Amino acid sequence: MAEKDYDDIPGTFVFDAERSREGYHLNQFCISLRLQSNRDVFNRDEEAYLNSYPMTPEQRQAVRSRNWNLLLELGGNIYYTAKLAANDGINFQNLAGKMTGMGVEAYRDMMLSGGRPIEGNRSNDEWEKN
Amino acid sequence: MARITAGVGCSHVPAIGVAMDTGNTNDVYWKPVFNGFEKSREWMKKQNPDVIFLVYNDHCTAFDASCIPTFSLGCAAEFKPADEGWGPRPVPVVKNHQKMASHIAQSLILDEFDITIMNDMEVDHGLTVPLSVMYGDVKPEEEWPALVIPLCVNVVQYPPPTGNRCYNLGKAVRRAIESYEEDLNVVIFGTGGMSHQLQYKRAGLINSKWDKNFLDLMTRDPLAASKISHLEYLRETGSEGIEMVMWHVMRGALNDEVTEVHRHYHVPASNTAVGHIILENNT
Repeated sequence: MAEKDYDDIPGTFVFDAERSREGYHLNQFCISLRLQSNRDVFNRDEEAYLNSYPMTPEQRQAVRSRNWNLLLELGGNIYYTAKLAANDGINFQNLAGKMTGMGVEAYRDMMLSGGRPIEGNRSNDEWEKN
Repeated sequence: MARITAGVGCSHVPAIGVAMDTGNTNDVYWKPVFNGFEKSREWMKKQNPDVIFLVYNDHCTAFDASCIPTFSLGCAAEFKPADEGWGPRPVPVVKNHQKMASHIAQSLILDEFDITIMNDMEVDHGLTVPLSVMYGDVKPEEEWPALVIPLCVNVVQYPPPTGNRCYNLGKAVRRAIESYEEDLNVVIFGTGGMSHQLQYKRAGLINSKWDKNFLDLMTRDPLAASKISHLEYLRETGSEGIEMVMWHVMRGALNDEVTEVHRHYHVPASNTAVGHIILENNT
């Protein structure tokens, strides 16, 4: 796989064509939960509902375990996985609290004090130093 | 003839819509966000546009991963607020100026912008939140004070169109609007941003210095702003900050020289920096 100019950005997935291809069925499953009628069917029997989406076993397991970061690593996109989170009663901010490993409170406090600063968060080099 | 009199840049954070819909705009967290729109609502009353040309992005609502048009123009008679996973927003159905929209579609395509024409489309918070912050509460049984022509830009799957492409599209939108015969006051909205990253381990990134410089460039040097690279947006403003490319469509449709009549910047609203600017065409 060719190096991409954005590979150097730490803690970030860029949802490009390659990721979109890998995550297609996972993302289509997630977006189906936009509609209440589908959420009802999913919440009655998750396994049966998942059968209609030809995801990889890893993707399916990540859905089952609600492993939010792994879902992104396997081609999920945040606007899609957020629908699965919404189904579970988790909003964008609390989802970010989980993905960053900070927890909901600490993440909310960070945002209230101006967010994650850009200094030290531009490149992988900067993250590796810490 | 129709004319573009002003442009509005504005965030479209879904949580802002939720705060309005649940009556929480006066609490400690939200008050500073909404204070910055008080002047804007006065301005909207005075400006009283007939039509809003609203540039926004869909969040996998009208378009899931199966179909991803880069630019699509809403040509339906009306657009219903969509259920995005927590029920539709309690706001009015959005009414189009359908004749003008089809004129713009035809003009853009002959001007070599190969847009997608949408004759059936629901709209999500990307379109309705900017209307809500600029007009204030409007009940579902009422009507939005203006007709709205939606232009939807893909910013979910990388790459979105370049800033330069968006800026030039704005110029083509202006040519289209100014060649429409009816005497109409049109205001153009560019929405989205500002710095924010919603996903993975760098979520919560905010770059206020960058954002404020972007607002300066919107007013004073739109051409320089339109040259900002995708890599710079991703690195400096977060993976979702790249949706600021949509502001260039708005800016491209205005005069080179504009008057900045209002600006508002606040951190945080949920995961994002809220940015807002009103630019009037000098006459």
